[in-house]
Amino acid sequence: MNGGKISAFRLLKDNLARRSMFVLTIVPGLLVALMVVGLLLRSKAILAVKPLSRLLFSSAWHPLRGEFGLLPFITGTLWVTAVAMVIAVPISLLAAVYLSEYAPRAVRETARPIVDLLAGLPSVVYGVWGILMVVPFVSDQLAPLFGTKSSGYSILAGGIVLAIMVFPTIIHVSLEVFTSIPHALREASFSLGATRWETVKHVVLRKGGQGIIAAVVLGVSRAFGETMAVLMVVGNIPKVPKSLFGAGYPLPALIANNYGEMMSIPLYDSALMLASLVLLVVVLVFNVLARIILVRAERKAE
Amino acid sequence: MFPFSLLGQRGRRTEEGVFRGLMVFAVFLVVGSLLLIVLTIIWKGLPSLNLAMITRTPQGGYYLGKEGGILNAIVGSLYLAGGATLLALILSLPVVLYLNLYTRKYSPLANFVRFSFDVLWGVPSIVLGAFGFVVMVFLGLKTSLLAGIITVALLEFPIMSRAMDEVIRLVPRDLKDASYSLGATKLETALKVILRQSLPGIVTGVLIAFGRGIGDAASVLFTAGFTDRVPTKLSALFQPVATLPLAIFFQLGTPFPEVRQRAYASAAVLTILILIISLVSRALVKRYTKHTIR
Repeated sequence: MNGGKISAFRLLKDNLARRSMFVLTIVPGLLVALMVVGLLLRSKAILAVKPLSRLLFSSAWHPLRGEFGLLPFITGTLWVTAVAMVIAVPISLLAAVYLSEYAPRAVRETARPIVDLLAGLPSVVYGVWGILMVVPFVSDQLAPLFGTKSSGYSILAGGIVLAIMVFPTIIHVSLEVFTSIPHALREASFSLGATRWETVKHVVLRKGGQGIIAAVVLGVSRAFGETMAVLMVVGNIPKVPKSLFGAGYPLPALIANNYGEMMSIPLYDSALMLASLVLLVVVLVFNVLARIILVRAERKAE
Repeated sequence: MFPFSLLGQRGRRTEEGVFRGLMVFAVFLVVGSLLLIVLTIIWKGLPSLNLAMITRTPQGGYYLGKEGGILNAIVGSLYLAGGATLLALILSLPVVLYLNLYTRKYSPLANFVRFSFDVLWGVPSIVLGAFGFVVMVFLGLKTSLLAGIITVALLEFPIMSRAMDEVIRLVPRDLKDASYSLGATKLETALKVILRQSLPGIVTGVLIAFGRGIGDAASVLFTAGFTDRVPTKLSALFQPVATLPLAIFFQLGTPFPEVRQRAYASAAVLTILILIISLVSRALVKRYTKHTIR
């Protein structure tokens, strides 16, 4: 019968499609592993010459003399990230609580695309804005206020720009956490006479505590790897930073700034690949932690 | 008792008010920062934006303040992001369809793949750039449009897949069952029912990814290079290509005020491009959701 043939062909097609789709489905997991392996292979050259601890904890950065201490860059990254989180965490959490617990539907519906847009702006645009507004603000307003001098290109400027870039991440994740909390819990709290804020404090924030931690961790890892915007306003001097108003030189900026020369100085490319690997490993650990917390919280809520 | 509770009441109300105020202020800060950024960029950029900027390539001495424009970077970015989006789509669509058709909701494989996407999403673009460089060296490529496309596709892959997955997940089970009961295979159901049903979501996913691809600088720094020429022939795939974010970055790096002015103008072009993409994707969603079955 003819119909039989056609359906055999259809089944064959279905089968082939299933198999090839399955192969592609493995790709994302494989990619993560491949990245670690690829970067590790490229940084082997420098790891063979110098122990990892010397590379991570030495602050001598003289590529021409073969000294590749990453400490100034690691501390630079930590400083900028810390400043960004101090600014971003309270603001994003307050905004997320408002949007999930207080805001009328219309406000929530308008705020969402705005947060998305903030996440979608290219980092170069943040950088240009940082140069136009944040750098002068730091050098003309903030530095005199604290009685110091600053060119404006500083850890503080980097942190401020970075904070705004982290808003969407923290707001998004914590909004999701808040909406997964059952309404009955809030109603129980209201029925005991609690005000909205008391309900937030005792029910929403407590119940969503783990999720909030995950949101913050994701924010930190986002801040850790941000490159162009920070690079454009942070000053880029390879020394361990001493003050918020001084220049810093975060890891991503180091990688981005030196891609041009890295092939002409021995071991330089290997050192930069090691820097990328360090960045990748830190971000991977943070992400995996945060996602595990989130998945657990989600299961508990269901 | 009575005065205490009265005082307590007032204290509670003050606390409520204070925090409510703080929250409104926080929302205002978030929304305000977006407006401030967009308006500053456009206000600073527009005065030096002219037709030559977006229709001409850099002429001799452009980076010293002479004649020309950034057409090379605009076209380069469109090609690069376009190619990367196409590649990411070819990778994403099968994966997302597989996840939603062939695996159970909480199967270990589906969990693992979604988890990998989340982790991949978190990888900083500068690390993707470094990895792209490793791949490029491995494949024997030079800095080129093709190497840039591969790297940016890696950046877009998780973004696009996650966006599509979220929509395709929402396709009602009944719809799939109806298709199966008519004798359709899973593949036919995927192509004729699920794709059509979730088209708006897929288009949004593609546009979001395209927007990210166009705006990212750190990933193409290592892999795409830079050039003053506009890619025309197919062989341009193997030659360096200019991108808009890098054009902004390089122009800002010069000490000449005219060139820095042009960097602001280029940033305005990029911002407007991103705004248009996101508005179009929103409009498309509104329009096409009318035709989906609920």
